[in-house]
Amino acid sequence: MIWLAAALGAWAIGWWINSQLAHRPKTRATALAVPVIFGVTIIVMWEFVVHGLKISPVLLPPPTLIASTFAASTAILWEDFVQTAIKGALSGYVMGCGAAFLVAIAVDRFPFLKRGLLPVGNFAAALPIIGMAPIMVMWFDFGWESKAAVVVVMVFFPMLVNTVQGLEDTDAMQRDLMRTYAAGYWKTLLKLRLPAAMPFIFNGLKIATTLALIGAIIAEFFGSPIKGMGFRISTSVGQLALDLVWAEIVVAAIAGSTFYGAVALAEKAMTFWHPSQRART
Amino acid sequence: MRNLAPILTVVAAIFLIWYGAAVALNTAWAQDKAERAGVSLTFNELVADTWSQDKPKLPAPHQVGAEIWKTTGEMVAKGRAFSKRSLIYHSWVTFSSTALGFLLGTALGVALAVGIVYNRTMDMSVMPWVIASQTIPILAIAPMIIVVLNAVGISGLLPKAMISMYLSFFPVVVGMVKGLRSPSHMQLDQMRTWHASPSQTFWRLRLPSSMPYLFTSLKIAMAASLVGAIVGELPTGAVAGLGARLLAGSYYGQTIQIWSALIMAATLAALLVGLIGMIQRVTLKRMGMAQ
Repeated sequence: MIWLAAALGAWAIGWWINSQLAHRPKTRATALAVPVIFGVTIIVMWEFVVHGLKISPVLLPPPTLIASTFAASTAILWEDFVQTAIKGALSGYVMGCGAAFLVAIAVDRFPFLKRGLLPVGNFAAALPIIGMAPIMVMWFDFGWESKAAVVVVMVFFPMLVNTVQGLEDTDAMQRDLMRTYAAGYWKTLLKLRLPAAMPFIFNGLKIATTLALIGAIIAEFFGSPIKGMGFRISTSVGQLALDLVWAEIVVAAIAGSTFYGAVALAEKAMTFWHPSQRART
Repeated sequence: MRNLAPILTVVAAIFLIWYGAAVALNTAWAQDKAERAGVSLTFNELVADTWSQDKPKLPAPHQVGAEIWKTTGEMVAKGRAFSKRSLIYHSWVTFSSTALGFLLGTALGVALAVGIVYNRTMDMSVMPWVIASQTIPILAIAPMIIVVLNAVGISGLLPKAMISMYLSFFPVVVGMVKGLRSPSHMQLDQMRTWHASPSQTFWRLRLPSSMPYLFTSLKIAMAASLVGAIVGELPTGAVAGLGARLLAGSYYGQTIQIWSALIMAATLAALLVGLIGMIQRVTLKRMGMAQ
């Protein structure tokens, strides 16, 4: 009972501080502090409620148990991280996005191909491509290569559609200006159209980061060597070792947001001129 | 419809590549079989063999088509449309959890978006987490949700729908917040000069102007919740549903079955997203917002 009261108290305190902060003029500090306090409040409540209702750690381990499991099994988690995130997701991400980028530039040269491929690409981007996972595992075996292949297929279409859209973003006036400078196709592409396409390309790259990790993890449910985040999650669930599953999810969350953050930072550095970036500072 | 010819060309090219790849990938097995039988294959025999194997590495499109027909059309003709071997049955299972999850996710997403728009504290504390959660591979927790809910005694449709809900509610929140905030200052001031109450402002101005945003995110949410339903079917041990067909197919090396489940899933996704697109067109037209 005391635990539950404490949980309610934690919620009340957290919410009270936040509403105080939120009604002050918005600064950088409050914009950062409010979500952090909210997150901490949720975690504290989780801990208290688990103790209060005596929920078995098999069902929902308290955050402290997850943290200690995390600290105790860093070696396993690191091995899984390298196998899934670096070998599977990252290599597939680079290959898939690179291929889509090149195809987009090739498609852009032929309007006929563009008009045909874009609707098909848009359609394919909405399909449950994750279903390709068992096929890829069959073709490329259980190692990280099959995971990379799933990731390639998953990131290809969103990236392709975004890049093609971005390459169309220049207007006739700008292209005419390039022509008056006597710039050829390649020069126009490099100096005008690719820079103009950057915001779209980064949008595609950002969407692809999440897809890449999801693809690599899900593909491991269909067969993998005895390491990897997806493998660990599916086997630990089977053994009801949910604290390890949660630790693995923490790793996935950290990996996902770091990956996304890195792309967002690169975007900020490369498209500093775009209105959407200038408005924020 | 000036795009029709290019689209058909691209689709035809995909089929050509598919048939070609089927020959390339299945040749090894065909040659192997021929060698053991002690015959050498002519090119025509080789191609014919690669397009008609039992467990090919890549089944040819017509094999997949035949399998789909066998498990849908023929079943209907026999009056056993909902037997466990029919893909219609499995699609229905997947569809029902997709739809339930989608409805729950949309309701939750809209409610949260209204809260975020009207409550400053909620805006500042919840919104960053909604955005951050997009960068986290949420799908990874699917097996855990299934097992935990099973242990509490909830099984069947609901756990899968929960995963779909979880995946579909983020796009709805983000789109809906954007939409509810889309009325300009001028329009909001106009409502004030009319002495409109907050609820009138909401029902007459904010909600209608959020519709285009809502429909765009509903399409994304529908695709996401189908993926959620399919992934949610994996850890239940391949009982029923398109995800279960995929898993069973990959256990027994039934590539044709995998591909037919995949095509079925793609068709389902196209139908559902197309349905929302149709509702969108009709609604926006009646509201006078069609472009």
